[in-house]
Amino acid sequence: MSSKRTIAVTVNGTRYERKDVEVRLTLADFLRHELGLTGTHLGCEHGVCGACTILLDGKSARSCLLLAVQADGHKILTIEGIAPSADKMHPLQEAFRDNHGLQCGFCTPGMLTTLIEFLRDNPDPTEQEVRIAISGNLCRCTGYQGIVAAALDAAKRMRAAP
Amino acid sequence: MATITDQGTAKVGAQVGRSVPRLEGRDKVTGRAEYTHTMRLSGMLHVKLFRSTVAHGRIKSVDTSAAKKLPGVAHVVTIEDVRKVIPDPYYGPAFHDQPILADGKVRFVGEPVAAVLAADPHVAEQAAQLIVAEYEELPAVYDEVEALTSKVHVHDVLKPAGTFADLKHLKDAKGTNLALDYRLRRGDVDKAFASAAHVFEHEFRTQKVLHLSFEPHATIADYKDSGVTLHTASQGPSFVRTEIARLLGWPENKVRIKVPYLGSGYGSKLYIKLEALALALSMIARLPVKVALTMEEMFYQITKHPSTFRIKSGVDKDGKIIARKCEVYWNGGAYADIGPRVTQKSGLTASGPYDIDNVWIDSYALYTNMTPAGALRGFGVPQLVWAYESHTDMIARALKIDAVEFRRKNLLREGRPHPTGTVLKDAAIEKVLDRLVERINWKQPMDRGTGVVRRGRGLGIAIKAVISPTTSVAIVNVSADGSVALYCGTIDMGQGSDTAMAQMVGEVLNMPAESVRVVQRDTDVTPYDMGTLGSRSLFHMGHAVRRAAEDAQEKLKALACEVGEPEGSNIPIPALFVKKYGMQAGNVIGTGIYKPDYVPPAPGTGLSSNVTPFWMISGAGAEVEVDTETGHIKIAKLISVLDIGKSINPKIVETQISGAALMQLGFTMFEKMHLDGGQVTNASLADYKIPGFHDVPTAMENLTVDVTQSNGPFGAKGVGEVSTFCVSPAIANAIDDAVGVRLMELPLNPESVLRALRVKAGKPLGDE
Repeated sequence: MSSKRTIAVTVNGTRYERKDVEVRLTLADFLRHELGLTGTHLGCEHGVCGACTILLDGKSARSCLLLAVQADGHKILTIEGIAPSADKMHPLQEAFRDNHGLQCGFCTPGMLTTLIEFLRDNPDPTEQEVRIAISGNLCRCTGYQGIVAAALDAAKRMRAAP
Repeated sequence: MATITDQGTAKVGAQVGRSVPRLEGRDKVTGRAEYTHTMRLSGMLHVKLFRSTVAHGRIKSVDTSAAKKLPGVAHVVTIEDVRKVIPDPYYGPAFHDQPILADGKVRFVGEPVAAVLAADPHVAEQAAQLIVAEYEELPAVYDEVEALTSKVHVHDVLKPAGTFADLKHLKDAKGTNLALDYRLRRGDVDKAFASAAHVFEHEFRTQKVLHLSFEPHATIADYKDSGVTLHTASQGPSFVRTEIARLLGWPENKVRIKVPYLGSGYGSKLYIKLEALALALSMIARLPVKVALTMEEMFYQITKHPSTFRIKSGVDKDGKIIARKCEVYWNGGAYADIGPRVTQKSGLTASGPYDIDNVWIDSYALYTNMTPAGALRGFGVPQLVWAYESHTDMIARALKIDAVEFRRKNLLREGRPHPTGTVLKDAAIEKVLDRLVERINWKQPMDRGTGVVRRGRGLGIAIKAVISPTTSVAIVNVSADGSVALYCGTIDMGQGSDTAMAQMVGEVLNMPAESVRVVQRDTDVTPYDMGTLGSRSLFHMGHAVRRAAEDAQEKLKALACEVGEPEGSNIPIPALFVKKYGMQAGNVIGTGIYKPDYVPPAPGTGLSSNVTPFWMISGAGAEVEVDTETGHIKIAKLISVLDIGKSINPKIVETQISGAALMQLGFTMFEKMHLDGGQVTNASLADYKIPGFHDVPTAMENLTVDVTQSNGPFGAKGVGEVSTFCVSPAIANAIDDAVGVRLMELPLNPESVLRALRVKAGKPLGDE
């Protein structure tokens, strides 16, 4: 029953050549179990909650709905790759921490990856635009108000220091 | 006393009342925070469960032969195998009624019948699908009111656990589905009803809903003969340890429970859940074993209690409520879990925040053939408030008295006895109502809308007693370099407790909260705590933490004195240790214990002179727009006002209020587990909708009143659940205000509204 394929992916700037993966392996499980990048969280496992969102060639995607083999030849960014360096956080991360844009933290990685894409394309959004942009991500803890505030604050910080 | 040098960006001193960002914030925004669901141990086996497809039945056979033959399968386990390692495989906080795997009978659809263990979870899943079970189906009971008199009995004999002091009165019983009935008898309701100018009687119902924490339940058990370690997503590691030790017949010191951060809980991860099963499987496999649910499987683990509340009030000619009779039926599902405690602890406030001389409360915990029900953010109180604040509004409307004026006439005021007999203290009911009235512009006329869209507003107020009596223990450890670690069993599941506790330590020891390390929960090192539940931690653990810090402070002073420092010396802590030990060595360890005074409710009357160490008070106001053609409801404004004493961390308080209110908005407006013959038909996040960004009310205010809890740590008390209480009735009252229909059952979805509108118009819709 083993049916493996060999893939090559770039994850958070690191090139992985000749990774043998089961064809049924999801990208989420590949990232979490094969590469040890457990910051990508699995919630509903069918694309509804958004906790597992990663960027595939710069576009947000549900890693629970992708197979690892589909990532062959692509560039992936996960929550672990957002910060500019190991000792420095991305302004978006700082804004989430400072504005209490999180509680249990389980949905947070997906919120951040989704917003990385959004703020790159729309650096000066309105509150309504932020709400629409992350409306595909669910959070059970916060009531969302802190998340919206954090996203707007992040946009401000990123404009101030592009 | 001495202060340490600056350890962070914050100013030294005045730690309490500051919106310190969460201590674990960086770990969570960088993806570095650890959760049980993402943990793996070397050599670990994964588990997939084979679950019952019938709601009530005798197990005729379970054929595991095909599953066992699948390559890669390590073990296929049924109750017979479990019994070989744990002879009495039953667990639970209130009753020892839940078998580790189904034992002879199944009692709800989704009950685990067999477990498959494999190194590859996909293999385990495939094998689980090869198991075949045959059942002799039995009649089932689903409705909580029917369950009280039904001939169908979910359990043949009830087996009370006797673990908790407040549940000790539970007795063995046969031929009943009644796990607990709490009674309160004050005055003479019958006489009062006879003399009342008006009597109102209504019945309200709530539906079955789910916590849906984003990190599903997960436990890893690693059993060795020398001891067992469980890594588990639990809100109560101390209780888990007690229960695991009991199942093993071991002393507690051989059982270690480790809890990393929780991907939230809301009550779903309390007491004991997957831990007993994981333990048994690890004993059989002699390897670390991980049981981790999918979100879908959480629908078969624990839910909120559906309820039926029959409420009757007698009102005199001046609009004063003189009698209130409350019959509350709690649908506890197949296993009691903590339902009996929900029944008693919420039951005692079922008559609401009102001053009523004659009160009669019956609160029944009932077994049914559904997924077990437990605590969910409010311990039953949101179900009660939904009923009594809808009822209160209906009375005011019928008597043509302003809803706020009617409440004011009947409010329970400071110094007056609550129906339990406990005198009200530090319960700012009136202040909460005042602020609510101000924020929702109650005294000003509102735009009522035109055409098909009509607008209205409503409000509600509530009271809750904290679960009591419960104990918390904390340790504050000052190292020789002056740094401080806090050991406390409160679980940070997102509510920010680590940060708040660190602020309290910092306040006492005069150091930045950011410099205090809160040690991850591990029962080998963190002392006892009853559990992170019912908004008790900030108060109970807060006191224990404060006392531990004060104890450390006293010991540091004594040490200064011992080494010859003058009174009021400013010697830095590191220098103090060097002076004592000649080098950087030693520790100062402070301990603190807190258990409030408590008088248990008297059997028969339910009365108690001291039923709670503090009262939780909240109010909510809602403004809605109702589309009379579609029944669609838009929440234009949702205002929460809480009495939480002083805020330890105002920003965290705000997020707690916001999150709890929105969660309750979901339970109010659309969340519902649909059941067909005991089978949940919408067991996935795709079909069971929870609030998203677009469900947030246009305006949402999360407010507190400026008061002090005089017996609270730094004037504070709990907040986690408090804003859930009034959301449902506030919205139902607003809908009535807008379009003149009264909904008696949650959720208040467009279909319910439209049906009610059509009934009102004399053109009822058909059933399908």
